[in-house]
Amino acid sequence: MNAEDNRDMIVRYTAGARINHWIVAISFVLVALSGLALFHPAFFWLTNLLGGGPWTRILHPFIGCVMIFAFYLFSLGIWRNNFFDERDWRWLGKVRDVMSNREQDVPEAGFYNAGQKLLFYSIIACLIGLLLSGIVIWRAYFSAFFPIGLIRLASLLHSFCAFVLICAIVVHVYMAIWEKGSIRAMTRGRVSLGWAWKNHRAWFREATKSAPQK
Amino acid sequence: MALQSLDIIRRSATTLPEPEIRGAQTGQVAKLIDTTKCIGCKACQVACMEWNDLRDDIGSCTGHYDNPHDLSEHSWTLMRFAEYENPKGDLEWLIRKDGCMHCEDPGCLKACPSPGAIVQYANGIVDFHEENCIGCGYCVTGCPFNVPRISKNDKKAYKCTLCSDRVAVGLEPACVKTCPTGAIVFGTKEDMKQHAAERIEDLKSRGFDQAGLYDPAGVGGTHVMYVLHHADQPALYSGLPDKPRISPLVGLWKGAAKPLALFAIFATAAVGFLHYIGMGPNEIDDADEEAARRELEKKP
Repeated sequence: MNAEDNRDMIVRYTAGARINHWIVAISFVLVALSGLALFHPAFFWLTNLLGGGPWTRILHPFIGCVMIFAFYLFSLGIWRNNFFDERDWRWLGKVRDVMSNREQDVPEAGFYNAGQKLLFYSIIACLIGLLLSGIVIWRAYFSAFFPIGLIRLASLLHSFCAFVLICAIVVHVYMAIWEKGSIRAMTRGRVSLGWAWKNHRAWFREATKSAPQK
Repeated sequence: MALQSLDIIRRSATTLPEPEIRGAQTGQVAKLIDTTKCIGCKACQVACMEWNDLRDDIGSCTGHYDNPHDLSEHSWTLMRFAEYENPKGDLEWLIRKDGCMHCEDPGCLKACPSPGAIVQYANGIVDFHEENCIGCGYCVTGCPFNVPRISKNDKKAYKCTLCSDRVAVGLEPACVKTCPTGAIVFGTKEDMKQHAAERIEDLKSRGFDQAGLYDPAGVGGTHVMYVLHHADQPALYSGLPDKPRISPLVGLWKGAAKPLALFAIFATAAVGFLHYIGMGPNEIDDADEEAARRELEKKP
């Protein structure tokens, strides 16, 4: 058996989950770039992405709502895989080994490893912060209902949550690039047996327990 | 040279200097509003409407003399009437002409994300260039005086221009020209301070011990100043802020947060790049696939 024959052996994401992920991803890119355009003058030129300054101001919050709603649906499918257990704490203790390509002493990971679980929770925290603060600073519809002090706090909080989220997604994207064989989980839906065995061994056992292999 | 002002000393969301070769060689300007001389006739509001060609909607009476009852995109200045019972039991009618204060350190300009939507001229006037305005309302968030208003129709921000178009050609603002009691005067900031000092001396000699000039240092001073009978209690004048300043939240949001956040985002990406180059990717090799296959075959 070689790697070629073992590709596409285990289903990791269904078509619905994959489509949803890319709706989240594309709306994230649009909302992050247009948000950076309003955050720092060095990026104001990015307003051209959505058709200029006023269109950026109009579209940014709606795209953000699309992103949050799509992520909400996505999270309904994966939240059960993100419970933290004792194994995850040991995994975190070995994170240096993980990043140094020395996996032999690293505890087995389930569907998600502890790093992915932390990413899940930080995304949720950021999205809740972005949603609540975003409503307060959505001048066209909602700002009139809030006192100026709260609008100022929300402006700062919105930037902070967006900053944390952007850093988190940079890490997420890097991990997908660094851990070879991962991206096809989100493009094709299936991963190779070796990938699952190496990176998510507990999930590998579970996923191959019942389903007969071809 | 095309028609341009060449005297822009501050420009929103802009990092490099703008054309600023023309300084305010004769000194920066200021409008001085003497609340102790104001009779609340609203001629200044009418002059503002006329010169700027603005007409607000006919509103409804809200039970006091303020008309309209608030600043709006069509009402760039407004007389605010406050009834104050002083410690002696006498009623004082404190009337303040509200509008943009033209801060030396403008919170609106600091908050504005759109390059050139808000500028400050060398003479100190803070002006909105609505063609660059994107309608986000950050100027409202940044203003310590609650002045800018977003139009319900074109979604642009508007406020008093201190008649920058008139001042640019050597005229005084329309409200100053029309004021029948001389409560509003205009000139260099130095002259206005001197004039205010004379007025304050006079007021003190007539029993207003706390008379003083409102030129708040928290925003670097303002180019619209008030003479107040009760300078120790500015809030008496329909909530004039006691010590206005750009909110520290806005200062952080539009100050240190910007370079720090960009640096951290780029640093995160750079660490990833260096990790990839230095450590190499995490790859699945044939041995992993073999191990996986062996484990499968162990099962019944």
